[in-house]
Order: sequence, then C-alpha cells, then structure tokens
Amino acid sequence: MQWIVIGTLTDIPQRGSRCIETPEGKVAVFRTGDDCVFAIDDRCPHKGGPLSQGIVHGASVTCPLHNWVISLESGKAQGADQGCVRTIPVKVEDGQLYIGLAQQAERAA
Amino acid sequence: MTEKLVIIGNGMAPGRMLEHLFERAPGRYAVTIFNAEPRVNYDRIMLSPVLSGEKDYEQIVIHGDGWYIKNGITLYKGHKVVSIDRTAKTVTSDQGTVAAYDKLVIATGSVPFILPVPGNNLPGVLSYRDLDDVNAMLLAAQSRAKAVVIGGGLLGLEAAAGLAARDMDVTVVHVMPTLMERQLDPAAGYMLQRELENRGIKIVTKAQTKAILGERRAEGVELADGRIISASLVVMAAGIKPNAWIAKEAGLATNRGILVDDGMHTSDPDIFALGECAEVGGHVYGLVAPLYEMARIVAARLSGDPSPRFVHNDTPTKLKVTGIDLFSLGDFADGEDRQEIVLRDAAAGVYKRLVLKDNRIIGTVLYGETTDGAWFNDLKKREVDITDMRDTLIFGQSYQGGVPLDPMAAVAALPDDAEICGCNGVCKGKIVSTIEAKGLTSLDDVRAHTKASASCGSCTGLVEQVMKLTLGDAYNPAAVQPMCGCTNLGHDDVRRLIKAKSLKTVYAVMQDLEWKTSCGCAKCRPALNYYLVCDWPGEYADDYQSRFINERVHANIQKDGTYSVVPRMWGGVTNSGELRAIADVVDKFNIPAVKVTGGQRIDMLGIKKEDLPAVWADLGKAGFVSGHAYAKGLRTVKTCVGTDWCRFGTQDSTGFGIRIEKFMWGSWTPAKVKMAVSGCPRNCAEATCKDVGVICVDSGYEIHFAGAAGLDIKGTEILGLVKTEDEALEVIVALVQMYREQARYLERIYKWAKRVGIDEIRRQCLDEAARRRAYFERFVHSQQFAQVDPWSERVSGLHKHEFRPMAAIGLASQAAE
Repeated sequence: MQWIVIGTLTDIPQRGSRCIETPEGKVAVFRTGDDCVFAIDDRCPHKGGPLSQGIVHGASVTCPLHNWVISLESGKAQGADQGCVRTIPVKVEDGQLYIGLAQQAERAA
Repeated sequence: MTEKLVIIGNGMAPGRMLEHLFERAPGRYAVTIFNAEPRVNYDRIMLSPVLSGEKDYEQIVIHGDGWYIKNGITLYKGHKVVSIDRTAKTVTSDQGTVAAYDKLVIATGSVPFILPVPGNNLPGVLSYRDLDDVNAMLLAAQSRAKAVVIGGGLLGLEAAAGLAARDMDVTVVHVMPTLMERQLDPAAGYMLQRELENRGIKIVTKAQTKAILGERRAEGVELADGRIISASLVVMAAGIKPNAWIAKEAGLATNRGILVDDGMHTSDPDIFALGECAEVGGHVYGLVAPLYEMARIVAARLSGDPSPRFVHNDTPTKLKVTGIDLFSLGDFADGEDRQEIVLRDAAAGVYKRLVLKDNRIIGTVLYGETTDGAWFNDLKKREVDITDMRDTLIFGQSYQGGVPLDPMAAVAALPDDAEICGCNGVCKGKIVSTIEAKGLTSLDDVRAHTKASASCGSCTGLVEQVMKLTLGDAYNPAAVQPMCGCTNLGHDDVRRLIKAKSLKTVYAVMQDLEWKTSCGCAKCRPALNYYLVCDWPGEYADDYQSRFINERVHANIQKDGTYSVVPRMWGGVTNSGELRAIADVVDKFNIPAVKVTGGQRIDMLGIKKEDLPAVWADLGKAGFVSGHAYAKGLRTVKTCVGTDWCRFGTQDSTGFGIRIEKFMWGSWTPAKVKMAVSGCPRNCAEATCKDVGVICVDSGYEIHFAGAAGLDIKGTEILGLVKTEDEALEVIVALVQMYREQARYLERIYKWAKRVGIDEIRRQCLDEAARRRAYFERFVHSQQFAQVDPWSERVSGLHKHEFRPMAAIGLASQAAE
C-alpha cells in the first residue's frame, strides 16, 4: 500500500466532506466534529448516492438521496438497512492528509 | 328576576368564583365586572414564565373575551372603582360609570409593599404584580443592563431568575440572612442561593436598603452599610399587603385585610370579599389554593347554599424557576417538642427535611428532589402516625412496604382524597371519577374538566400517572413526539427553549437541552439550524454543515448525483434576453434536459456539481438570481396575466405576484412555500391549492392559505378580504412570519394551520392590526440578512471547496507527464 498526500486537514470543514478522484473511483474523505478523518467510496450501497454530499453526524453520514445512514468507520449501513461500502485507509500527520491506495498512484493535481 | 351581581376586580379568584357560580346557579345573576387592568382574566401564577420567555401572554389567559360574552358578563376593562355607596347600593368607577348591585364582591387583590426609602418613586423602580410590570421589565431587559431585585422571597427570586434569563446582570438584595426564610430552613436557603449564584445571579443577604439613587431615573441602590450597587432597573419584591382601602372608605370592618367570616361575608351582609384582599380567621393569603377555596365558598353562598365554610390549611410552596425543584410545607422551625429527619446528598444537590411532632409530620422542606411532596402533604393533612415507617419515611413513598421504585405504584397507593393538584385543590378521586364519567383521554381534557395541573403545572407528572392508572394502555402520554432520537424534547419545546434561554448556536442548543448525541443527526441539525436562522436574524451564523445538500450548494441533487438549476423568473414572467441566456448556458455546458416546472419556471437538469459556479456566473450576467427551487423557503409566486391582458382580470395579478416575490424571496421557512395570484375567480393561477394564494376580485384581494396539492390534496382556507394591494401584502407577510416563528421544521402551512387553528391565525394576522404589524416588521428585519443571492456569492468564491474535488490521483504511469 502506498500513502499519498491529498491536502491538509483544514481543507475539509468540520462535519464536512470532500471527494477525490482516484483510479479506483471517487472517494469521499470526511472530517468529523472532533477532527477524526475517514475515507469511503463515494457511492451509497443503496442506490449509488454521493455520500460526500450528506450530513455528517458523529462518525456517520446520512446519504442525501434516501437517508441511509452509513458508518464512516466500518462502511456499514446502520439501523434496519443492509449494505456496506468500501473503507479506504487515511491518516493525518503534521496536518497533512494521506490516503492509502493499493495501486501505484500519484497526485495529478 | 335576575339579581345584579357586581364584582370589583378581575383576577383569578373572582374568575374561578364565577365558574362555580354559573355551574351552580346558571342565569341567576346579571354580572358586571370592573377591572382596573385593561384586560381579561389571566393566570398570574404564570407571570414568571412570561418574564423568562417560556410562555407568552396568550398562553396564560384563563378567560378570553368570548367567555365574558357567552356568559353575558359586562366587563369594564381599565375601570378602577373609586367608591361604594352602601345605602344606594351602587359602585362608581374612575371613568364615571355607576353600577347598581344586589350583591357585591370585592376582589381587589393586593398591592406591593413599597419600601419607604428616598427615590422609591423614580422611573425605573417597578413592582412585580401584574402584566404591566412584566412588560416594563421586558422593555428594560432589552438594554441588557443591570437590575437589582429587592427581596429574596418567592416573588423576588422568580423575578430575578426571569431577568437573568433575559440576559440582565441581576443582583438580589435581601434583608434576612438566608433566602425565602419563610418557606425554607437555612440549609435549603443556602442550597438555593448557591444554585442561583451558579446561574450568574448575585445575592447580597443581610442587606438593608437605604435609598434608591438617581437624579431623573433609577441609577443604583444604596445599602445601609454604605455599599452602592448600580442598576437601571430596580424591582421591589419586598412583600404584598391586602388592597383594602375601598372597603375601608365604605366603612366596612378591616384589619390587615377586609375582615370576613368563614362564609366570606364582610360586615355588610350583601358584600363579600375574596382573594388576597380578604382576611379570614386572622390570616391573609397569597397562594392560589386557599384563594380558589374562597371562590368556591362565595359561589356557594351566592347560589343560596349556606353550608361550606372556609377552613385554614397549610399550602405547599413551590418555586417556579426552571430547573430548581423546591417544596416547602407547614412549620419547620426547631423546637423542644419536635424531632427532625434529614437526608442530604451534596453530590446530587438533594436536601430533605421532615419536622415531626408526636410522631406526625408538621413540616417538610424538600430541595432538589420533590416527587414525594404530595405524599408528605397527604400524611400531614391526615395526621398519620408515622411510627411504623419512621426508618424509611425520608426515602419517600416508594420505599414503604418494600416495594421498589415504581412511580405508578406510588400513585396507585394514594388514597382517593389525596391531593394531586395543590393550586386547584383537586384530589385523586375527583380526577379518576371525571375521567371515567366523561370518557377523557388527553391531558388537556383532564385539565379542562378538573382544573388539575391547569395552573402552575408542576403536578402534571402526577396527573399523567393517575390517567395512566385509570385508562391503562388507552392513555399514551408520549403525545409529544420527540424531534429525533437525539432528544426527548418535541419541536415546540425546543423552539420555545431556544428563545427562552437565548440559545444562539446549534451546539449551545445541544449542550443546554442535553442532547443525547455529540453532534445531532441528519434530522435535528437542519431543524435546529432553521430555528436559529429564524429566531436570531443577523446574529446567528448559518451552519452550512447542518444544511441538506440542496441548500448547501443551492441546487437540487438528482438521482445520479448531478444537479438541476432553476433561475428565478419573477411571477413567472420572462423575455427574449433571458431565454437566450438560458439557451446559451444549455449549449455551453451540454445540459441534457430542460423542462418547464409547475411553478412557471425553467429547470435545467443534469448539471455536474463542478460546473455549478460557472453556470451561475453566466446566468448572473443575464440578471438571473437563484430561484430557490431547492429551498425550505419561498419558492415561486405563480401568476396569471390579470388586467394587463385578460378581458376578465380584475386587478394587476402579475404585478402583485412579482411584488410579493421581490419582497419575500430569500426567506427561509419551515418547509417550502409556494404561492399564486389569480386575477379573477376563474383562478387560472390555481391559487386555491397553494400554501398562500390570492384571488383578485373587483372589491379587492381575497387571501387564501393552507392549501396542498402534493401528498395531500386540499383546497385553501379563506383568511379574509382586504381592499388594497398594500394591505394584502402586509397580511401575507404577517402570515408567513407567524408560520416561520411557530411551525415545526418540515411542517407545511396546511399542517401547521390545522394544529394552530384557522381562527387563531386569522385573529393574529388579520384582525389584530398591531400584532400583524409586528409580524410584518420582524419579517422585514430578517430579510435584510436573507436577501443575498447565494449564486453570486458562490460565483465570487464563497465555499469554493464545495464544488471541486480536493485532489485527483492518477495511476503513476498516466500522471507522469
């Protein structure tokens, strides 16, 4: 696995998300109210809604299309809904935000 | 023949007396009331919640104007009676009105005790007795200045807490060493003082007031020890005295109050006195329970029943300050023949003390945990020998007989004559029998029929338990739907508390109202954000992370994650330049679909999020602003062509629709608001299924509201007809503002109207000019902060991170350029 810098922590608002383009598809990177960082595929397991556009609460996000609640830690749908999205390793070091990708890749822009 | 009954005073005691009288002897008396205050009967116990903002005046009215009309009562508002002629049997008011009586009831209440110190008549010195005092205090509180409350008794502390809740810097000056010394022992007084100080109220005890300082208005209070406390508001709450002068003038026997026998007769057999002005058996009273008892007796006597007699009873005292639980009853002074049982839990802030004499409870002080107050009161009243339960008595009813904590068991164990509601003297048996006889199922019904929990409300929990016992599963106390899983509070409570506690951020609300989650959820955060935007215009900074995506990016998300964009076309009117600009944007950004909406707008669908700012930039150059087609806010005003073109048009419906839209665009509302203006009753703009609609007629503008044409289909209600366009605009704006301030988030106007009542909305937005104007002005104020085009803000770079990916990562080989 390879760690790639994608920006700084402060590029993402608290309780917000931004997405990045990767060779493995669009990834949503989240920053919670207590500055934890998570990354998951930007596709709701329900109907493919862009999770990066949802409301972030605690360590969960609510999909903007049909209000599924997805755990940012496990990628699993919460409550009665069944489904899971891929989680992607992410870390913060000295304010720099890194994402861990399986394939050899590098930042293009 | 009907007899003439005249009542001087229109407080709670005579109001209750009349309710009993009309029940016992309907039609026997023609009633005339003189009220020195210019209003109807309201619940004075609830002045403190009005002061703190937890309730407003309308919520504490006991008898509205309709009640007086229905019962044929002549009510002279703002008339003070200045003389009683006992020979001619007439009374005369300060406005010259003379009324003859067969029976007269004096219910003049009490007057505040004004300390005889220099400066006590300066402007800025108030007492705390009626709504005028509360209004004056609220006005003073707007300046957020300093206040001194003289008097650390029940009334003074409620005033202090209310003013502190309004952000004033409050100092309480109290002459005795501890607070509320007549109701609390020193230990409980100390705990109360500490709790109030934690809330930022300063307390000075053993403080004798020497003078109120100030030249033209109050500037401070000087104490006997030379200390000076600056204040622009001084509230005298040093006690009350019975208002007996009119009786004295008329030659009736008086002492501290108007002397009455245990049938409430004064020394003149045709004249009764009741309430705080009356003195019976050497006592004068200030708490509501004995006053209501007096009311019952006067009503009985007036209806010809000579049997009921007034008997002195100790009344429990409670402090009406949110979050402070305090209960006091009877005699709790130390004495040789007395013993006490004390429980203290400093960590939990609990203090309980029972004073016993001959193995019977004679006094109780409870602080921090008061649920057993009713039980102790019952034991005291029935003089129960407590020897057998002495060891566990202090732990309360649920610990007796080995039954573990089950509040239902405690209530079930109460005897039928146990008092549940102290204010109105309602016992358990009465509640149970009324529920069964009348088939009551809701708390409001029980309040209406028994009066239990209808005054101060502190026994509501007990009443609900009695209901549950009686009705079993048929009673569902969770009638208040919590906002979401993060709180037990319903939307209405949250809205009221936001105002009452001046909570101005989402996180302050969650902290203060004890949210169960760290930062809410996707249901409560947008609701809270809206409530704060609505309640604190210009002060609250909109929290975009608490908004649904559509409102965060000002476009409508579609099923594939693209967006649709609807520019505003005022009143649905457009021109060739605008259409050309739209056509150019569609070509330039390869927009796959263009559609005309139901609200007379053009919708461009399938726009990529990254393209949004550029699309808006091009539309902005052509003069377009956001159409807010995505917002819980004003959407569209649909119009027909009106007098401009139509041979049937009666008014300029297009012009008026555009005017409404230009006035109201940008405002956030609890749910979307769609409007329409039709130029004649043929109604081509389909105004009668809108949230707000106007049907123009020859004589003016018929204003409609509360229609629906979505999940539900519902024709509008008619609010009323007004003559001019200006009036129509004011009424519509007032209506929307009332909705903005009161409705629950996501509740459309028709649902809100069903809950509040069409008549009530009509009264506030149409009939009462001053209130309508106030709503209008609050809307105008909030529009200065709301009417900013969100598109042009974002074209200029606001939240630009939102629209672009943070980084793009390619495969190593591709990226190496």
